[in-house]
Amino acid sequence: MLRLEQRQQSSKTMLYLTPVLAVVSTMVVGGALFLAMGINPFDAIYLLFIDPFIDSYNLSQLFVKASPLILIAMGLSIGFKAGVWNIGAEGQFVIGALSGGAVGLALWGSTGWWILPLMAVAAAIGGALWALIPAVLKIRFNANEILVSLMLVYVAENLLAQMVQGVLRNPEGMGFPESRNLARNDPTSLPDFFDPLGIDAGGVVMLLLLAGAFFLLQKHALGFQIKLTGESPRAARFAGVKPGIIIAVTLGISGAAAGLAGLFELTGAAGKLTIDFPVGYGFTAIIVAFLGRLNPIGILLAGVVLAGTYIGGENAQFLLKLPAAAVTVFQGMMLFFLLGFEILINYRVIRVRRAA
Amino acid sequence: MDFSSLSPVAMIVLLIGAATPILLAAIGELVVEKSGVLNLGVEGMMIIGAVCGFIVAVNTDSPMLGLVGAAVGGAIVSMVFAFLTQYLLSNQVATGLALTLFGLGMAALMGRSYNGIRPPRMPRLEVEGLTDLPVVGRLFFSHDPVIYGSLVLVFAVWYFLNRTRSGLVLRACGENHEAAHSLGYNVQLIRFGAIMFGGACAGLGGAYVSLVRVPQWTEGMTAGVGWIALAIVVFAAWKPWRVILGAYMFGGITILQLSLQALGISISGAYLSMTPYIVTIVVLVIMSADRKKASINAPACLGKSFHASH
Repeated sequence: MLRLEQRQQSSKTMLYLTPVLAVVSTMVVGGALFLAMGINPFDAIYLLFIDPFIDSYNLSQLFVKASPLILIAMGLSIGFKAGVWNIGAEGQFVIGALSGGAVGLALWGSTGWWILPLMAVAAAIGGALWALIPAVLKIRFNANEILVSLMLVYVAENLLAQMVQGVLRNPEGMGFPESRNLARNDPTSLPDFFDPLGIDAGGVVMLLLLAGAFFLLQKHALGFQIKLTGESPRAARFAGVKPGIIIAVTLGISGAAAGLAGLFELTGAAGKLTIDFPVGYGFTAIIVAFLGRLNPIGILLAGVVLAGTYIGGENAQFLLKLPAAAVTVFQGMMLFFLLGFEILINYRVIRVRRAA
Repeated sequence: MDFSSLSPVAMIVLLIGAATPILLAAIGELVVEKSGVLNLGVEGMMIIGAVCGFIVAVNTDSPMLGLVGAAVGGAIVSMVFAFLTQYLLSNQVATGLALTLFGLGMAALMGRSYNGIRPPRMPRLEVEGLTDLPVVGRLFFSHDPVIYGSLVLVFAVWYFLNRTRSGLVLRACGENHEAAHSLGYNVQLIRFGAIMFGGACAGLGGAYVSLVRVPQWTEGMTAGVGWIALAIVVFAAWKPWRVILGAYMFGGITILQLSLQALGISISGAYLSMTPYIVTIVVLVIMSADRKKASINAPACLGKSFHASH
């Protein structure tokens, strides 16, 4: 009979090994699922997990998809570390794009280097304020931030629908519910820095912020307080950490990051605001944060892996007639495996003879 | 504006229909939470139920078998959550989210050849003499069996939790799992069972959406109902009968905003569509504001993993 025994110390090896185990298990079980669907599992796994990382066109797309995921996941991970569950990043992503986009559209026709930075600031503020709604309701009224932040996703999506039919609609768009194309307008489009790699201005900002997050968590007192709150809320209170401040700061940061990601998506890959603008990055980023072990470097790697499954999924849709939803199944499965394997960090499996 | 087209009786009948999926999912989640487990995967289990129920109903031409299929589908997918959280001690919040993401994808995958099909019609209760009564007949004797079943289910859950020994044991697991364990109860197994019950109920709720409410299969058709059900459990302060109150109130808001949209009121449709979600937030705030009361009602071990070390 197998039993679990708590380890004296959590295993460092397992800490780094579990994400790898999770990805490998997803390939195996996912492959079986493809086989059951009548799709060659080796072709599908190759397209989803290997081709995105070796094909040069796919490589340039990889970073475009990975940037928003990493940026959002970076913000979320800070909250998750403190035990603050912001799962409404999708809504903050939309609000960021809406507020940044509104600034860009209001300044339509003017030129200047300052326009894009101004839009980015507006997006970060918009996203942060949207995330501060659950923060304030949690601090003041003890309302569950998981449910409030998630409800606000639906509110944000309806607000987006309203805006693209209303004030933000393209006046020359023949009544289609969409905004002007901000990516095709020089002052509001995201510049590419390292074109062949697909690293645009958004990617550079993302990398800088990731470094900032690393610094915050490793070197700054606030980072220590965040981690302490997550690991032992009581100890944190005795140490004088104000839980309300931690909730507000972590939600604010994650909202601002998601808002920025929304703006970069708008001014880069998407171009315009439409009803279909949100594509689920806010939810996938949760997986990225966990797969990356809530660690900035881990998140960077995890973001690239998950972005790969998006690109591979698109190619597989085209080449193998794989349904789009299969990628979501893969992503959910990966998170399942990861959470399951996590037990190996703090427990070891031992064999015991059944005692009489 | 012509408000005369809004007949109160017709609106109440519609309201009950809109409330039933929430009611089913919420009463299941209530039992899960009473056992000390927070399963945030309600939305995922609902959508799996919606697609399983739809597939079974279309292929067997029987809506009743569809409901059975939905309950089984919901329970099976909830077992993944149960195994991970109970035996591998995974974080319940993260695992619940994974269940929702996985469920949404899996349902879309399963249902892709079922778009645009109409499912067999769910029969409605017809009682000679009673159904034809004015007002009363439509209000009480004109619904489909699921609606009556859902109310019976709420009563059964209340009876089980408050009047039976097994119900007491289940609540003990939620209030103090260490104590329940030392009395010799298998906390993990009891919670596993509760999670499966919650999965079956969420599956039924999902099938009600795809077989009766809409009735069609489209991706992501549960549109947050599972999350609203989670909020309803908080609103109900973990009391079964208050789940009915909460679910029907939400049904009312949904129907009211849909009717106002249909009337072409000057408020834009997108703003009206937001209202159920905003009301959920308001309700959560009101219910949670009194910290003392909220902490008395909530099961003390809610969301905590239990590992029997000896």
